[in-house]
Amino acid sequence: MPYYVPPEQLMKDKADYARKGIARGKSILALEYVDGIFFIAENPSATLYKISEIYDRIAFAGVGKFNEFEQLRIGGIRLVDLKGYSYSREDVTAKSLANAYSQSLGNIFTSEVKPYECEILVASVGDTTNENELFHILYDGSVTDRQGWVAMGGQSDQLGSALEERYPDGPPDLKDAFRLGEEILHTVENRSMPPANLEVAILDRTRGRRKFRRLSVAQIEAILA
Amino acid sequence: MGESMADDLLRAPIFGSGASFSDLLKQAVASPPPGNGIDKPLHVPEGTTVLAIRYLDGVIVAGDRRATEGFQISHRSIEKVFAADDMSAVAIAGAAGPAVEMVRLLQTELEHYEKVEGERLTLEGKANKLSQMIRANLPAALQGLVVVPLFAGFDEARNVGRIFKYDVTGGRYEEDDYHATGSGGKDARSSLKKRYNHGLTRDEVVKIAIEALFDAADEDVGTGGPDLVRDIFPTVVSITVDGTLEIPEDDIRALFNELISERREQMLLPHEHTVDVRRPRRGS
Repeated sequence: MPYYVPPEQLMKDKADYARKGIARGKSILALEYVDGIFFIAENPSATLYKISEIYDRIAFAGVGKFNEFEQLRIGGIRLVDLKGYSYSREDVTAKSLANAYSQSLGNIFTSEVKPYECEILVASVGDTTNENELFHILYDGSVTDRQGWVAMGGQSDQLGSALEERYPDGPPDLKDAFRLGEEILHTVENRSMPPANLEVAILDRTRGRRKFRRLSVAQIEAILA
Repeated sequence: MGESMADDLLRAPIFGSGASFSDLLKQAVASPPPGNGIDKPLHVPEGTTVLAIRYLDGVIVAGDRRATEGFQISHRSIEKVFAADDMSAVAIAGAAGPAVEMVRLLQTELEHYEKVEGERLTLEGKANKLSQMIRANLPAALQGLVVVPLFAGFDEARNVGRIFKYDVTGGRYEEDDYHATGSGGKDARSSLKKRYNHGLTRDEVVKIAIEALFDAADEDVGTGGPDLVRDIFPTVVSITVDGTLEIPEDDIRALFNELISERREQMLLPHEHTVDVRRPRRGS
């Protein structure tokens, strides 16, 4: 005879499990800056990325279990490339991608034995700061539409309260966004973070069609100079 | 695209279609290749003359702007030279519809690969992918919808520009110096043959490209020359280590004007001939 587990308990156990997995991973910050959106993460690997390009204006960031958010990243690229090819590039929106992720993660959370231990961010840069979009999607498929900044990963609460306090009223320039992000990340994580251990990328609205750009160590140093 | 398809895609194993967009497209939509079931050759707009030339810093690709349908002009300002990605360009000749679609697929394919894998395909890889696409078009080609693009790009591993031409079966051949294809291709090649040498700079190759297109338009009915009435000029794109760059239209216009006055000087005007070649009179 099958055991009876109340749904509340089942969901709570799954959520605890997912949260624990995510808490083991390193964190990511996304900040709106004057020309777009700035991403910073601690990532000792120079090849296994947490932040990447999805489409012309859209970037993806994931924390938690690498294979899980990597699958979501590739699935997302497939989805938007198919959509952009079938219709037009302008028909690809962050909102519909975030919705697809939310549906998928929600289905996985309720119907699979093991929920995904990851959290993702779908960010889209608009022509003005007001048109930027930041969708933060949790392991259970719940979505929040954010403004200004997003903190995800193990230390997201502390990072969030630090940002709450220190993120300026208007979007900072790239240099200030970098300084703020880097400082908060290394203070909260309480570790030194040489530029080589940072993964930094931007969605820059001043660029051509493809707004996403990864910043190398040399480029980071040039911004700071 | 429905919700269930989105969910399937997001949960599909990563190695499903790998980094290939065309494989993904085949899984997503099962559309037959164009040409199936058509038993008469179709008359569709055709692109005419395109060319590519290697030079010191890379390669240039150029094309006229005319599309023809039989003996009619179907379009006067069609674009035949496209950046495939930051480091390569493709110029189309032949049936314009399938050719433009092939370029769109190639562009998506290259960007898709780059995003999924995190690095660009090698130039060799891009050239081979285009080869497969042309081969897939063979049934349509047998119905008259022939697509034979010219592919050129900057090879970042070897630090040189390279040119690839294709045949209708997808056969891929690398050219050392220059190539031209399309209805006026032979005329353009003859022109280039006299002007080309291996040590030319960008400005020099742009000049001989303009000259070759002018000569092709002079000899071939399908090739459009500079349209001075409507101010339409051929497109020229250069590809170097810094990426693809379209040569500004003003420069192209200036080069054509220069070429036209040069040619005028070389020729005797009709009234200067001892015999009036335009109006030969009998028995005078």
